[in-house]
Amino acid sequence: MNDLIHRPILPLGQRPKLIELAQVGKVFNGQVTALRDMALTVNAGDFISLLGPSGCGKSTALRLIAGLSTPTQGRILWEGGQGAGDLGVVFQEPTLMPWATVAQNVYLPFRLRGQSFPSVKGEIDEALALVGLSAFAEAYPRELSGGMKMRVSIARALVTNPRLILMDEPFAALDEITRHKLNTDLLALREKIGCTVIFVTHSVFESVFLSDRIVVMAARPGRVIEEVLVTAPYPRDEVFRTSADYAAHCQVASQALHRAMGDAT
Amino acid sequence: MSDALLDPEEARRLRGKRVERVAKWALPVVVLVVLLVLWDRLIVWYEIPHYLLPGPGRVIETLVKDWAMLFEAFLVTLQITLLALAVAVIGGVGLAVLFNQSRFAEMSFYPYAVILQVTPVVAIAPLIFIYVENRTVGLLLCAWIVAFFPILSNTTLGLNSTDHNLRDLFRIYGASRWQRLRYLQLPSALPYFLGGLRIAGGLSLIGAIVAEYVAGTGGIGSGLAFRILEAGYRLNIPRMFAALLLIAVTGVVIFAGLSFLSHMLLRRWHESALKRDS
Repeated sequence: MNDLIHRPILPLGQRPKLIELAQVGKVFNGQVTALRDMALTVNAGDFISLLGPSGCGKSTALRLIAGLSTPTQGRILWEGGQGAGDLGVVFQEPTLMPWATVAQNVYLPFRLRGQSFPSVKGEIDEALALVGLSAFAEAYPRELSGGMKMRVSIARALVTNPRLILMDEPFAALDEITRHKLNTDLLALREKIGCTVIFVTHSVFESVFLSDRIVVMAARPGRVIEEVLVTAPYPRDEVFRTSADYAAHCQVASQALHRAMGDAT
Repeated sequence: MSDALLDPEEARRLRGKRVERVAKWALPVVVLVVLLVLWDRLIVWYEIPHYLLPGPGRVIETLVKDWAMLFEAFLVTLQITLLALAVAVIGGVGLAVLFNQSRFAEMSFYPYAVILQVTPVVAIAPLIFIYVENRTVGLLLCAWIVAFFPILSNTTLGLNSTDHNLRDLFRIYGASRWQRLRYLQLPSALPYFLGGLRIAGGLSLIGAIVAEYVAGTGGIGSGLAFRILEAGYRLNIPRMFAALLLIAVTGVVIFAGLSFLSHMLLRRWHESALKRDS
């Protein structure tokens, strides 16, 4: 095992393909269409936000990519096939095991692959350092704040150095100050390890701040309406959050979302 | 000085807390002492003969005097109780895991587990002692029938109460059935199991006593229940009380021991064991 390696992030347009969703659809019980004809190419290094109102199928899309449910139409293809540890997931709740320490929680993906704790101690320490929780390795989840629990969850998602990290509204339940902090830290993390992220959110501001591609979705039936590119360069920080560029991108994304909502009614 | 300005409210609260802490121990003790004194005085005032109702002093006296016989009986009952509890844990957890892993096993056997539970053990016991040759095995079987069900039903509930997101996470990381059971379901079920265990501890004592009553054979190797029966035939009321006291103390010790075990296992992480500043 290597320690967490850095993958360089190439500019948009030069990135190699990672996953392709080809006309993916999901129908529940043969009648409720949760997702229709979703086509999306995810490239290595992309930070993609799935943005849309509730019921637009963004969480369904994420579950399909995670392999937690199977599409009823179309297919999802990983370039070079999906290997063990290629995928990290962060849910809306921190989803930690309350009976295990922080370090043991981060160890989970390795434990399930049959690797011993000492053999991956380096990766675990590094992942915890990346999210700023080195001092809390032996703490139990209940001793941590909501934001810290979410950091543990993120450390667990990236500890295997996955090719893709899925995040399902991970910061929706946190207060705004913590959310902004975690947004900034997430981008810094991405700079450091060069991970590919698909991020589900219903916040225009969050999606513009974080991503370089925003996939706008509409509800009933869930489908992709359009894609908005955020061309502002990384690293982005608090200065970017108050810039005219940010505001302009927010306006574009917001209008796209309005079209998606209008379409739905 | 600023303390004194802020304080009256806070001081009252603190005082209240202190009183509560002491009262939690002191009040039951006071009630006990008052009852014992009252009992003792009633015997004296109304000149009740000891073969009708012995005073507390005479009960203790009997306990000391008959200690050799009672302690031997106590060991027999305790042995049956603890063995029954151990077998109930193995059987209850084993069945819960089996039911959890196989829907068909659950469909097939769960109704019979319920039937076993809802049929009073006093009604089954005579049959058991007809068919089971060995007396100890018969006693054990009776106590087990009473004790295993709370462990089975609680552990089953626990195994099914895992966090759905954690389940998804285990699936994403390709966990095997065994890994999911070992690392997710069993730890999730632990608080539920311990709740069931505390109930089962008391029930295995009840099961052992009831079975002894039914079995009724005397002589060497008889438990406390038989000693009570025997003392009853001989109108040795003080000894009945002394044996009863021993049984009650045993029950309390079992409950306290299991509560302590539960606390030690859960204190680091489970809500039930956390102290809150309210």
